[in-house]
Amino acid sequence: MFYKSSKCNFEAFNLNPINLNKNMSWLADTLTSSIGRKLIMSLTGLFLIVFLVVHLSGNFQLLANDGGESFNAYTKFMTTNPLIATISYGLYFFILLHIIMSIVLYRRNRSARPITYKKYDGSANSSWASRNMGILGTVILIFLVIHLRNFWYEMKFGSLPLDEFGNKDLYLIVSQAFSDVWYVALYVVCMIGLAFHLSHGFASAFASLGVSHNKYTPFIKKFGIAFAIIIPLGFAAIPVIMFINSLG
Amino acid sequence: MKFNLKIWRQKNNKDKGGFKDYVLDGVSKDMSFLEMIDILNEQLTEKNEDPVHFDHDCREGICGSCSMYINGRPHGPLREVATCQLHMRSFSDGETIVIEPFRSKGFPVIKDLAVDRGAFDRIIQAGGYISVNTGGTPDANEIPISKTVADEAFNSATCIACGACVAACKNSSAMLFVGAKISQLALLPQGKVERKERAQKMVAQMDAEGFGACTNTGACSIECPKGITFSNIARMNREYLSAEVTSEK
Ligand code: HEM
Ligand code: FES
Repeated sequence: MFYKSSKCNFEAFNLNPINLNKNMSWLADTLTSSIGRKLIMSLTGLFLIVFLVVHLSGNFQLLANDGGESFNAYTKFMTTNPLIATISYGLYFFILLHIIMSIVLYRRNRSARPITYKKYDGSANSSWASRNMGILGTVILIFLVIHLRNFWYEMKFGSLPLDEFGNKDLYLIVSQAFSDVWYVALYVVCMIGLAFHLSHGFASAFASLGVSHNKYTPFIKKFGIAFAIIIPLGFAAIPVIMFINSLG
Repeated sequence: MKFNLKIWRQKNNKDKGGFKDYVLDGVSKDMSFLEMIDILNEQLTEKNEDPVHFDHDCREGICGSCSMYINGRPHGPLREVATCQLHMRSFSDGETIVIEPFRSKGFPVIKDLAVDRGAFDRIIQAGGYISVNTGGTPDANEIPISKTVADEAFNSATCIACGACVAACKNSSAMLFVGAKISQLALLPQGKVERKERAQKMVAQMDAEGFGACTNTGACSIECPKGITFSNIARMNREYLSAEVTSEK
């Protein structure tokens, strides 16, 4: 009797044989699972966070008050150094991957609820930023397109005038752009979008990686909020200061 | 008390369904939410109308049968309370209450507010058990486990599988449920033996059921009637990713 019932149970477990190997390789299975996709989101997001720090520290040279000498020397180094060039290909790839994966996840998540609620009270249980990562990301994307077109494209493919040291005078282009109040306003609004994206994204990336710890998680959350304020504030301060300087 | 109820009515899974308005008067503030629906159903039956179908069983917050998405939140406005334990005093007289079924691709509507949560059973069948021999009933004091870890496993084990996490999540993700079920076993010595395969199989089944991925909004944990902590999701991510990398298959 006992044997029979335990055998029944055993069969019940096999009602749904799980095919663990959907794809050619275990790695493809892992990376196409819901958790694997979040892993990609999180790793690319963290890479972009590191990039933001590097980018901001470079931007501060715009404020050097030397007519662009140090900034132009820096941009020359950033575009000609082979190591930086290699890393920048990684950056292009990771940002594309972050965007593509966000679309893949968005579509999957949408299809998981074919009929939506009539009344939905999201603010009762979650932060606004966490519910609007896609919109915030889109704000960043629009910014990126404009930003790359105006500065990155000009530096790489445009015919920039040379400064007195023979470097491409990107400083000139940047300071021209930052004397336009609308450009500065757009820049600041997009940095607010970035701030909210990071206010959720920073800590979220660690949760996706499986990091949850009594000692470290509270620190990661606080650090994430501080990071989400300080970095976009730093980015936004530069055009604002240059705009004010352009008036005088 | 008097209430204006906006209730989702749907004849069966094929039916399109829609909202229907009811006015219910003479409700006691001490009635539970389900008792309030019982009264409505009595009136409907007397009028020869089809009563509102909904899931319930224990009515004491332990079975996880009751579902209902009330005014934009699963199990209504209170924290750590299932619909059956929610009382009408939590609402104001004359209030309009919108009542919808839990919405998810993984939870097809059976009728009205009753949904099929069989997907959760299939996820458990995929790996939410211990199949290695663990001997006879051991002396509880013989198991080498710290109080902290035992408490953590217990927190995970209090999940009643009601599906509020799925209903609350903007992505309709089942990760709090699956995270809790993976955690409760992964934390205990008996469950450690099969932890890798368990995480792999349960996550694969969760994905196959069509649930969404997690954005770490934390809505699930806030709305959970049992207060299952959000850290269960991070633990599942950890269990799953390390299993994928280190397992033999
Ligand atoms: C410098 C730019 C960016 C940084 C530093 C950044 C950083 C992050 C981080 C850290 C996360 C959290 C990942 C996780 O939860 O595991 C995240 C999530 C997300 N990002 Fe970005 N991101 C950037 C740009 C973008 C862009 C351009 C888009 C889309 C057009 C985007 C869309 C998203 C979406 C939709 C999520 C949430 C995905 C989900 O969990 O469902 N991000 N981002
Ligand atoms: S009916 Fe059992 S938990 Fe609500």
